[in-house]
Amino acid sequence: MGHKTGPMNRPLWTPGVLVMLVFMFAGALAVIARFTGGIGYVTNLTNARPWGIWVGIDVATGVALAAGGFTTAALAHIFGRHYYEPVTRPALLTAVLGYTFVVIGLLVDIGRSWAIWKPMFYWNFNSVLFEVAMCVMIYLTVLYIEFVPIVAEQFKGRINLPGILSKLNNPVDKTLQVADRVLGKVMWIFIILGVVLSCMHQSSLGSLMLVAPTKLHPLWYTPILPLLFLTSAIAAGYPMVVFETTLATASFKLNSEMHILAPLTRITIYLLGIYLLLKFGDMVVRGTWVYLLDGTYQTNAFIVEVLFGVMLPWAMLLNKTVRHSSKGLFTAAALIVGGVVMNRINVFIVGYRSPLSENGYFPAPSEILVTLGLIAALMFIYRVVVTYLPVLQESKEVSS
Amino acid sequence: MHITRRHFFRFMGAAGASAAVRTPSAHAWQSKAPPDPFGCLVDLTRCVGCRKCEEACATVNDLPEPERVNCQCTIFEKDRRPDDKTYTVINRYYTGKVDAFDKPIPTYAKVQCMHCQDPACVSACIVGALTKDDTGAVHYDVSKCIGCRYCMVACPFEIPAYEYDDPITPRVMKCTFCQERISKEGGLPGCAGICPTEALTFGKRQTLLEVAGKRLLENPGRYIQHIYGEKEVGGTSWMYLSSVPFEAVNLPQLPDTPSPKLSETIQHSLFSYLWSPVLLFGLLGAFMARFNRGNDSKQNNADKGGA
Repeated sequence: MGHKTGPMNRPLWTPGVLVMLVFMFAGALAVIARFTGGIGYVTNLTNARPWGIWVGIDVATGVALAAGGFTTAALAHIFGRHYYEPVTRPALLTAVLGYTFVVIGLLVDIGRSWAIWKPMFYWNFNSVLFEVAMCVMIYLTVLYIEFVPIVAEQFKGRINLPGILSKLNNPVDKTLQVADRVLGKVMWIFIILGVVLSCMHQSSLGSLMLVAPTKLHPLWYTPILPLLFLTSAIAAGYPMVVFETTLATASFKLNSEMHILAPLTRITIYLLGIYLLLKFGDMVVRGTWVYLLDGTYQTNAFIVEVLFGVMLPWAMLLNKTVRHSSKGLFTAAALIVGGVVMNRINVFIVGYRSPLSENGYFPAPSEILVTLGLIAALMFIYRVVVTYLPVLQESKEVSS
Repeated sequence: MHITRRHFFRFMGAAGASAAVRTPSAHAWQSKAPPDPFGCLVDLTRCVGCRKCEEACATVNDLPEPERVNCQCTIFEKDRRPDDKTYTVINRYYTGKVDAFDKPIPTYAKVQCMHCQDPACVSACIVGALTKDDTGAVHYDVSKCIGCRYCMVACPFEIPAYEYDDPITPRVMKCTFCQERISKEGGLPGCAGICPTEALTFGKRQTLLEVAGKRLLENPGRYIQHIYGEKEVGGTSWMYLSSVPFEAVNLPQLPDTPSPKLSETIQHSLFSYLWSPVLLFGLLGAFMARFNRGNDSKQNNADKGGA
């Protein structure tokens, strides 16, 4: 393989990391408050508004933004475009962390966190949420399995535990070697499984709202909502990779990966185009365009979502100059990522309406702190992992 | 935002059509409603707002005493909803009706779980903690509940309430239809048993539909010619008769399609026997074999993991 990944070996405690720690600390305090005072103590959730940003952002958006993991794996490993392999590791790491934090977010949000294992034993095949939960659970396991070779690569043959644990050096190393060898042979199963599970639950996240036809604004409520969720997640996969790779290479002062990212986003033109077509087609078929100019804040949110989150970046990517300028590419990618974030927030929060109670919802400060704390913790662990494990491409000066 | 009835049915029509296209006839959605459930008929023209039902409900369900039990005045100044301490409430509405002296006539409306024939909450519940049993009651089993609150999202009547202030063991709270009491011969729900004006009639749903139809027929001009709950979201166990428009007393306009129909149809046509995931797995496997043929397979396999 042409690329060489390696640990970053840079100092971990940068000012940026310290800021993350502050947010993590504030978030931790809010989580403690949630588990002592109850969900009602830290959130603005009510009986009319049972789901807020913990579901809309931490869970729904988190899952969508982790789509880079399965989309790059499909491209490089299944469709044989090995040229793109350098971005699969950071995308995999984002997915592993993204899904881990989806589960942590769920643990905070559900009322009986200690009962989270119950869906494994009490099945309701009619429940969309049941299917999503099963897929997420299995997919998270698959992601960790896919990550094992990265750990093995770093530590194989150099396990050196301190003190009394050093007796375990050999067995641990043996286990790692065996796991690595076995996984090497069957990894293809997990790679395909990861893509299949992703398609299943990315789409089903959209089906979640279908059971409440009167409670979601018609601009979003459509029988093809699962298809829209799937296509938008797939379309946002590569832009998310561009977004985070650009940030990581800038932060670690690595060589820019433009030669990979630019052609990658050419695929996005098609993927995003399909999504846009579905979205417009759906609007025309159901006649929901009649709402577009009614000036309500839901309608405006829809317009902003489609205009700035889909149409503008799509038009930008059509332009070759934009695709080949790192700033232009980053901007377009950030807009697409922002567009998916807006879409998920719109479906689960903005477009949600309680038909009987007047209920405006805005998250409470402590509710926001939990979400920010989770995001900061995710970024912090990402930083720790790339510092010590071979995830990112080393700079040319180092590797050559 | 306001969904007009016309637009609403237009998009429900689109929903139904696309569901029909997707659904092979073998998977046609079928109602899971019990064959002969109980029901309760609320005649809003008979209700005087005494709130005895609220009191009886609290007593038989071991709930805290209702707010200002003996006050039938200021309590009605705010629009109340059932919550985690109250399964049923009575609200007062002035809908523009006046008596012979131009005095506005109030309409009182009871709110509680409607015990839908095909409940959205039962379909949504991730662990099946909510079930519709043969009595018609939608029953909640706290021992399965994980607190995801998807039932609350799904409910078209905004009924399930949550114990948001309990940090570890919160419950979903809603009217039980006094399931234990009505399971016994001659048993009545607390509210229906106490109602002094016979505004609440308990019985078999089928019988109540006949009773309601008869009242509509025999009292021309007294009622809106509609039995609310006969067809709404596929039918509900609790049904209403009213002399004022149902929306005016906070009974939402709903389609006749059962709420779970679309999502269950999609889920089951896509995932029965996991046919689509298995097919996708096979397809992707074929692609993988096809596109990775030329490469040194050993090297490739070793690199795939995490690479």
